[in-house]
Amino acid sequence: MLSIPASCASVVQGLGPKSGIGMPLLNVPFASAASVATGIAEAFKQLGVKGRAVVWAGDGGTADIGFAAVSAAAERNSDVLYVMYDNEAYMNTGIQRSSETPKYAWTTTTPAYAGGKKEQKKDVALIMLAHGAPYVATANIAYPQDLYRKLKRAAEIEGFKFIHLFAPCPPGWSFDPSLTVEVARKAVETGYWILWEYDDGVFKLNPPSTIYADKSKRRPLKEYLKLQGRFAHLTDEQIAELEKEIDKRWDTVLKLAKAFGK
Amino acid sequence: MRQLASLKTALTGNYAVAYAVKMAKPHVIAAYPITPQTTIVEKLSEFVAKGELRASFVNVESEFSALATVYGASMAGARAFTATSSHGLFYMYEMLWWAAGSRAPIVMAVVTRTVGPPWNIHDEHNDILAIRDSGWAVAMASSVQEAFDLTVQAFRLAEKAYIPVAVGLDGFVLSHTVETLELPPQELVDEFLPPRSPNAPMPLRPGLPLTFGNIPSDDRIHAEHLKRIYWAHQEAKKAIKEIDAEYGKLLGRSYGGLVERRWLEDAKYAVVCMGAWCGDAEAAVESLRREGVPVGLMRLRFIRPFPDEEVAELEAAEKVVVFDRDITPAGGVLGREVASVLGRDKVVDVVAGIAGVDFKASDFKAAFRKALEAEKGVVLI
Ligand SMILES: Cc1ncc(C[n+]2csc(CCOP(=O)(O)OP(=O)(O)O)c2C)c(N)n1
Ligand SMILES: [Mg+2]
Repeated sequence: MLSIPASCASVVQGLGPKSGIGMPLLNVPFASAASVATGIAEAFKQLGVKGRAVVWAGDGGTADIGFAAVSAAAERNSDVLYVMYDNEAYMNTGIQRSSETPKYAWTTTTPAYAGGKKEQKKDVALIMLAHGAPYVATANIAYPQDLYRKLKRAAEIEGFKFIHLFAPCPPGWSFDPSLTVEVARKAVETGYWILWEYDDGVFKLNPPSTIYADKSKRRPLKEYLKLQGRFAHLTDEQIAELEKEIDKRWDTVLKLAKAFGK
Repeated sequence: MRQLASLKTALTGNYAVAYAVKMAKPHVIAAYPITPQTTIVEKLSEFVAKGELRASFVNVESEFSALATVYGASMAGARAFTATSSHGLFYMYEMLWWAAGSRAPIVMAVVTRTVGPPWNIHDEHNDILAIRDSGWAVAMASSVQEAFDLTVQAFRLAEKAYIPVAVGLDGFVLSHTVETLELPPQELVDEFLPPRSPNAPMPLRPGLPLTFGNIPSDDRIHAEHLKRIYWAHQEAKKAIKEIDAEYGKLLGRSYGGLVERRWLEDAKYAVVCMGAWCGDAEAAVESLRREGVPVGLMRLRFIRPFPDEEVAELEAAEKVVVFDRDITPAGGVLGREVASVLGRDKVVDVVAGIAGVDFKASDFKAAFRKALEAEKGVVLI
């Protein structure tokens, strides 16, 4: 049972009264999905219906306007599988900055001539982890088997499950749609995006990110950035700074893997 | 003849609502604390914790999420309840429209309270009146007993008409005031209000790939949907009367449907009001009648659907004095609604008791006389 808040995902379903989605789907207000899904899960429990409440929501609907509801659902450990597909901006309304937009990226509300976004990307998956949710994972559209396995695993677990799914947006990031998988893959290969999973108290890196724990194996960040128009204005110093921030992120993730490893 | 005795007891309005909800056996309850609503959900969470009510009680982080949660539950086929007041009701605003537009049969108690600034928890009707165009049915009780009865009736109405129903009760005046009431036996409530039909049109069910609320291929589809909400409200007028009559037959009390009438047969003047202070209005009207003033009273039990036909009965009166416990930049809400039926010349709109200011039977009498002098327009007390 899908709940989808206002986002590009509300547009791609096809036009009513028809639908291109082969499962039951409730469209819901922008900030409401985590709470609506909680209600569906509780109703199914009370009515004895076998079914899962799943949210498919954008980064804006999750990390910004819907964040209080997401946090509350995680804190209650409501029986919801929440997938945040992260295209790093409000794309449906035409590429405005969200808290998931990375530093220095251009959006229509963080113009390139003013240096792009000033602030860091919010690490929602780690915040969900800090809630004590039983299952939290990152994923990337370039690695569908990893995503499939994580969805299947999450569906087995009762309680709040959160998957942070990296999803490049060709018009929003200014690259040719034929490069979508390439951009997504480069995000992992440069170490910008780290695939990890927290399951039943165990935190671990997932392949292919595992090898990039070794910094020398990572591709230069430039290979990821240069594919996208939204980073076209970046200076070499800024790129070096972003690479340092990637190192910091890796440091945190590796510490977590050590602290919560098997 | 069945031997099922009602329990004569005394409760606050909020506890009466909580007992009514318990007897209605909802599956999912979600709410957020706000004075003067809080004791409704406190009591309900106690019923659930003690196992007296088998339901999910969801603690949410906001009123918006309270309504979103019961909305999801309702769309999945559950009977669902929430309650709020004032700022909490306004925090729900977007969800109110979405729930009504989805025809989700939710019941919500609205314990009326003024709206800040300044912070003030006292009674006024602005909050519940502000949702009158959202697609919800909106009712107001005038006693603790009626708060109970209306709440039980609201579930029947919501699930018959596929309209969410807001049941109003005056903050403190009813919510925190103990009055005697009869609690009917559970068996009779069960008979009046069977479990929600599992055969709801288009339930959300795994394996049934229905999509709700995606972008229409043609705006006329949406337009038709909106018109149906209008028609559903028109049809709900009949349902409200039938449900009230059936409740009377089975449980011993009915109120007359969308309005309650007193001494209107020979009335040259009519007083119109809504909510708990109608008790004081009635005392004032009775006193005026003893003094020989031919005045009657119409109490609005519902303002959505609006009782146009019933208000039109007041055509015969020379002057209609509407008491509004609310204020907008255009005057009182009920005054304008009544004038939309009877015309501006016949109606005087008295705005009083706002922000929780006390207004007694003697104040009603004085305001009534002032209104007759004013002949029309708005009188601010
Ligand atoms: C309350 C509310 N505010 C604003 C909007 C307008 N709006 C619709 S989608 C959207 C952005 C969605 O961003 P995100 O969640 O990241 O999803 P994306 O469009 O990027 O897929 C906005 C601002 C809305 N529908 N509701
Ligand atoms: Mg987005």
